[in-house]
Amino acid sequence: MLRAPSAGTHLRNWFYGYAAPERGAITLGHRRVYILPTRLGWMFGATLGLLLVGSINYALQLGFALTFLLAGMGLAGMVHTVRNLARLTVDAGRAEPVFAGEAAQFRLILDNRAPHDRPAVLVRHAASGAQGVLDLPSASVREAVLAVPAPRRGWLPLGRVVLETRYPLGLFRAWSYVEPDVRCLVYPRPERVPLPAPAAADEAGAQRVHATGSDDFAGLRGYQLQDSPRHVAWKAVARAEDMLTKQFSGASGAELWLDEARLPAALDTEARLSRLAGWTLAAEQSGARYGLRLPGVKKRPDRGAAHQAACLQALALHGIE
Amino acid sequence: MTAAHPLLPEQRAIAPRELLGLIASLVLVAAPHALRMPWWLALAVAGLYAWRAQLGLSGAKLPPRWMLLLVAVLAIAAVYVEYRTLYGRTTGIVLLVLFSGLKLIEMRTHRDAAVVAFLCYFLAMTNLLYTQSIATALLLAVALLSTTATLVSLTAPQRPAAANLRTAGMLLVHAAPAALVLFLLFPRVQGPLWGLPQDAYAAMTGLSDSMSPGTVSQLAQSDAIAFRAEFEGQPPSPRERYWRGPVLWDFDGRTWRMGASWIDSFDTPRGAGPYDYVVTLEPHNRSWMFVLEQVARLPARARITHDGMVVSPAPLRARLRYDASSLALPEPGRAERPGSLRRALALPDAGNPRARALAAGWREGGADAQTILQRALGFFVSGGLGYTLEPPLLGPDTVDDFLFDTREGFCEHFSSAFVYLMRAAGVPARVVTGYQGGEVNYVDRIITVRQSDAHAWAEVYLAGRGWVRVDPTAAAVPGRVESGIARSVRAGDSLPLLMRPQLEWLRGLRANWEALAHRWNVWVLGYGVERQRDLMLRIGMRDADWRKLTAAMATILGAFTLLLLAWSLRRFARPDRVQRAWEAFARKLARGGLVRAPHEGPRDFARRAAERLPAARPAIEAIAELYLAARYGRAPSGERIFELERRVRSLSIA
Repeated sequence: MLRAPSAGTHLRNWFYGYAAPERGAITLGHRRVYILPTRLGWMFGATLGLLLVGSINYALQLGFALTFLLAGMGLAGMVHTVRNLARLTVDAGRAEPVFAGEAAQFRLILDNRAPHDRPAVLVRHAASGAQGVLDLPSASVREAVLAVPAPRRGWLPLGRVVLETRYPLGLFRAWSYVEPDVRCLVYPRPERVPLPAPAAADEAGAQRVHATGSDDFAGLRGYQLQDSPRHVAWKAVARAEDMLTKQFSGASGAELWLDEARLPAALDTEARLSRLAGWTLAAEQSGARYGLRLPGVKKRPDRGAAHQAACLQALALHGIE
Repeated sequence: MTAAHPLLPEQRAIAPRELLGLIASLVLVAAPHALRMPWWLALAVAGLYAWRAQLGLSGAKLPPRWMLLLVAVLAIAAVYVEYRTLYGRTTGIVLLVLFSGLKLIEMRTHRDAAVVAFLCYFLAMTNLLYTQSIATALLLAVALLSTTATLVSLTAPQRPAAANLRTAGMLLVHAAPAALVLFLLFPRVQGPLWGLPQDAYAAMTGLSDSMSPGTVSQLAQSDAIAFRAEFEGQPPSPRERYWRGPVLWDFDGRTWRMGASWIDSFDTPRGAGPYDYVVTLEPHNRSWMFVLEQVARLPARARITHDGMVVSPAPLRARLRYDASSLALPEPGRAERPGSLRRALALPDAGNPRARALAAGWREGGADAQTILQRALGFFVSGGLGYTLEPPLLGPDTVDDFLFDTREGFCEHFSSAFVYLMRAAGVPARVVTGYQGGEVNYVDRIITVRQSDAHAWAEVYLAGRGWVRVDPTAAAVPGRVESGIARSVRAGDSLPLLMRPQLEWLRGLRANWEALAHRWNVWVLGYGVERQRDLMLRIGMRDADWRKLTAAMATILGAFTLLLLAWSLRRFARPDRVQRAWEAFARKLARGGLVRAPHEGPRDFARRAAERLPAARPAIEAIAELYLAARYGRAPSGERIFELERRVRSLSIA
């Protein structure tokens, strides 16, 4: 009737201690908490050896007691170090999209449901070394923000995160790997170029569609260099006010098409996407309605944060998904 | 690209709180050493600690390396000037204490701080070379706690100090069972692993193999415990308690020496009034063991010399516990060899003319040994000789000076003069040293014998009776053996503090304390090869060699660690019954390969399960309904919860 998961999968998961990447909250079972002595731990061991030899040589029974108490303390410290990580619950928060070249802000939520506190837990991104140290009081939730560099557009998965602690004695280092299934969308690096002038628009790849009907006047905004002279509120200029541009609303208003196909052929794909991303930002800022045309993708002209995000996402994932 | 590792101790600077914790721990472990050091060296160490504390609190820069090097060289030179050597246990420890101050001053990071903490543990240990008393143990326990708390605060610098102290305490509590197992089972070996420095046992006191005027009385100023004895049944009366030690044969006019001595076979003496007892002997770095006269059964592995001295095969450097048996009324022993008798008559060719004349007078008329002995004792009883802990200095004729001029002395004067007189009168005699009396502790009935009970008496050889004990001190000053030194010495003589009769309440306190200290000595400090074997026998482990002990130790430690791990990983909160039943349901389905997705609600999961398992559909739907009602409806009745549990249990997905 039902098919059980294959034995091989179980074995691999057991051996590596995790099945990457994991969805939802991850609770660190003790099997995936690794532990080894630190350099201080070895030094402590050497000290114990010295104390033991001294106790034997001078027949110091209280010396034996001291040595063994310290040895027992090392043992208890080892267990306490494991305890500082084991059964900690790790969950990933949403990572807001960033532009290539910026740092993705991954949020890890550490949930300590234990009745004891967990001091000095290091959260470290394995690939980039982004890190933070957290003190987790008992029954508390804390957030670690990992600033992971995002050099390329597309999806940036969080990847492996190391949780590490040396509490309480510093003699042992316990660590665990988690790989939450979370990724950050990375937009292309925007090229900071102005929108092309209307005359050159066609050649540059941005195509303005001029309205023929009567537009609904929507308001005035500050003049920007690339604004058409036809939209300048000349009456206001005549009143010696600042240069203002008339804004129009409605489907028949000024529309701008950002079209990949019309960009100079000399540009490579990434440069094209960078330019289009830059124009998307500029267009959104100008308040114009703009659409995006990529091979296989067409975003109808619109404006607003959601539209901008959709356009940038299309650019980010172009050719990837 | 990779940033510095924030948990690496090498990269964490030390904060004032950790610094002060370390200095406090160092003070605790170094203070007993400081009391043994010359005051100016102790002051120098205190100065180094204070300097570092001041630097840490003010945030000033640490001194450059060359300055530290200079201070180090000065310190070594100072130690050399004081001790005239850099080798040996005492100088080694003094140097270590000085270097702890220097290490403190160059300490910058957490790694250095941890090294100083380890040094603290080590210095704690060195205190045990001098004393392993209960008080020392308590002091070290405090030092251990404070050092460990400092180590904890190195890894958790943001935490309140009280929390770190609590953690350190918890670690020590968790360490205790493992420590106990290790202590009991770690295989003990006899003797040192290598040669020890010459001064290793300098602090041990006790009787020596020679006696000259002043040696015993000096020893008698000490309250230190020589040994303790536990009797089965009633102990002998104080006047019967002669604890036999070195026997001195050879006299050079001033000093009595043991001279040549050899191991002889032991003939079990016959006689009445046996006493069985256990002696706990403090280490004294000599091989003789003290037993009550006349010994009837030797302690294990002990031998006896030709003159009745019980000796162990090696110098006693650790507290030793042994069983022995003695007779109060022995029958006469075997005849002495002629050679030994000649030795027991030897005297220096010249000196002490008045004593020789006195002895010659006793021999007049061909008196036999018995008569001479009576005459000698008569002289001591009526001679008007005084007993004092501070005997006056004697000239070259020590016997004459004591008997006829100063007329005041301690037991070594009495016994020395008596044996001299006997030999001069032609009666073989020898000096026996040991301890006399001892105090019965009314708490645990154990007899404590102190160095202040050190005594010297005489033995004379009488044909037909063998060697007979004669105590000339008792003859001259009967109070000495009846009621101890305290009532025998003249008023005005200085007595050891605890021997003063005015301090009765103090003695009561001491009796209780010493009963505790005795148990400490026997069970903690005396836990050596012998007691380990006894204990293992008692718990049923025959011939416990190191292999068996190590195996047992490893097994128990492993089990203990697993237990501790289980404790630390125990479930934090047990889910309620409804949740447990639902989780059991999910596990049951998961075993069949139907795993609940993290995002899947109970209703969706149940629907999916019902589709995959049409046969179990009614049961699955019922369980989901019950769970939803119990979880999200009104508070469920016990009956409904039971129903849910029952249905989950009986659910079959085969």
